[in-house]
Amino acid sequence: MLYGAKMAWRHLGSAPGQTALLVAGVAAAVFIFIFMSALIGGLAELLVNRTLGNQAHVTVAAPDRPLPLLVPAQGRHILAARQASTSPSLGLAAPRAWEATLAAFPGVRVIAPKLVGSGVLIRGEVTRPVTLTGLEPGRESAIIRFERSMVAGTAALAAGGVLIGETLARDLGLSVGRAVTFRADNGNSVTLTVSGIYRLGLGQLDEAAAFVPMSAAQAVLERPGRVSAIELKLDDLYAAPAVAARIAAATGLDVTPWTETSAQLFEALRAQGNTGLILKVFAMITVVIGIASALMLTTFRRRGEIGIMRAFGATRRFILYVFVLEGALIGLAGGLAGALLAVAALSPFPPIEEVQPGQLPVDLGQGSIGLAIWLTTLGATLAALLPARAAARLDPVEAIQQ
Amino acid sequence: MSAPVLEVREVHKVYGEGATATHVLKGVSLAIDRGEMVALIGASGSGKSTLLNILGTLARPTSGQVTMLGEDLTRADDDTLTEFRNRHIGFVFQFHHLLPDFTALENVMFPSAVRAGRERAQARARAAALLAQVGLSERADFRATQLSGGQKQRVAIARALMNGPELILADEPTGNLDRQNAMQVMDLLARINRESGTSFLISTHDEEIAARCSRRVVISDGVIAADKRAAR
Repeated sequence: MLYGAKMAWRHLGSAPGQTALLVAGVAAAVFIFIFMSALIGGLAELLVNRTLGNQAHVTVAAPDRPLPLLVPAQGRHILAARQASTSPSLGLAAPRAWEATLAAFPGVRVIAPKLVGSGVLIRGEVTRPVTLTGLEPGRESAIIRFERSMVAGTAALAAGGVLIGETLARDLGLSVGRAVTFRADNGNSVTLTVSGIYRLGLGQLDEAAAFVPMSAAQAVLERPGRVSAIELKLDDLYAAPAVAARIAAATGLDVTPWTETSAQLFEALRAQGNTGLILKVFAMITVVIGIASALMLTTFRRRGEIGIMRAFGATRRFILYVFVLEGALIGLAGGLAGALLAVAALSPFPPIEEVQPGQLPVDLGQGSIGLAIWLTTLGATLAALLPARAAARLDPVEAIQQ
Repeated sequence: MSAPVLEVREVHKVYGEGATATHVLKGVSLAIDRGEMVALIGASGSGKSTLLNILGTLARPTSGQVTMLGEDLTRADDDTLTEFRNRHIGFVFQFHHLLPDFTALENVMFPSAVRAGRERAQARARAAALLAQVGLSERADFRATQLSGGQKQRVAIARALMNGPELILADEPTGNLDRQNAMQVMDLLARINRESGTSFLISTHDEEIAARCSRRVVISDGVIAADKRAAR
């Protein structure tokens, strides 16, 4: 087959202009493929970072506690309807045990319990309604990335400390080290010291949230030893529905993946991915049609040669091999050239974490470069099959006469 | 007497079907002995090229039998015929039909390389010797497109000899050459025939070329009209 490779190589080399054009066409399609993959992937990553970066991928909570139905006296008929989630959950007891259970599920990367309650923050005459969240010290930034967002103080929660958003701090005239009182809906109060001020860029969290150590939250909300939910981050964001289903089936707990809480974002990402896929498929179709038509012309032009090769002992398989190999070589050369071009053109783009407004979020790591080269070579090989089969089936007598 | 190199019996060839059918060969029988140099003479449309293609296993007869070196090739499959052709038959065509992207030496090596899957050193040496035999040693590394008409035809003859075939079929080998080159080519074929004992079947309508052969077979309207051996 070495000889067939030599023949294919000579054919390509004998028409350098045509070969260069074909390779350039394939390279352009591969560039589009890689660029679209990098852009769609980068865009998705940026969206996920910006919107889901501070959210759990899966939230595990205690199942709703149904309200009891009042049973009517014998002989009476009533019509009753049960509304979901009308009863406040007491939360999960023994969270440490649940954490150990959840850690055993494959794909779970981060586990962070939280206890949520509501009340107001009071400083002098000014009060602001807030959602109070208790976090485990040492795991404050496990879900919400406080450490990247601090404008003053520290994200680490010490006993008696509280983290608040920049807007809330401004509204209450607070700065790090100042004292503030939290009064829960149940009437309990606690005095806290501002240990850090953050800016997440998320309205609710910046304006109406306060984060305290878990023990302080459990005390003021009267939920000793309990948590509202255990939040998880996964290795693969898109595995959330499957992981959630497995946890729910195994534990009987109320498990919610981010795809339910942010269904519209999930749909948007999926639609974006599908759009990219369509564009990539069209790029591949262009490669296949371009190579097939060019090789059709080549085989037509070489009919006489094919006839003479057949006369001197070239089998149909040999002819097929030569022309298929020509297609594969064009695909491989175009794939490599397109990949090199893409790497050169896309490397200057900043990493997704450093993308500024107005910049294209291109992530070369998601460019599927290997896949693009492989698919192009495969596509070109398949594209060459049709003209190669036509060449192999040529009647040598007719071919020689022409 | 030894068995003929090639023999065809009652060969018919019909193109098309029904009312449009064309009966090109109408029961041709012919045997070529070892070392013979046969001229196949006939006008255009006489069935000369069709017979040559069938003898060369490039086309199949509609009916009849084709035997070469004692092997019945009538019903052989394409791969068998291809291999048989490669080993035992050489071709020289009117329009040279060299591979344009290959050098003279590579063209001569083709029948060997396509069988072996690579260009062996042994084959390279034989191809060089054949090019020397046809007087083209100094053109060995020239591309086919850089050769003159006469040179191309001599390269084609060297290529036909590459695998040491028992029979060479030449279709109007001098038809595209001037008189001087035509005679040189015929001298070359006659010399090879004498020295190697290779049989030749040369299709021509040139009486002078036919006169250089030891046997004249005339085909007319799809049948053998005459078959004469020259007096020795």
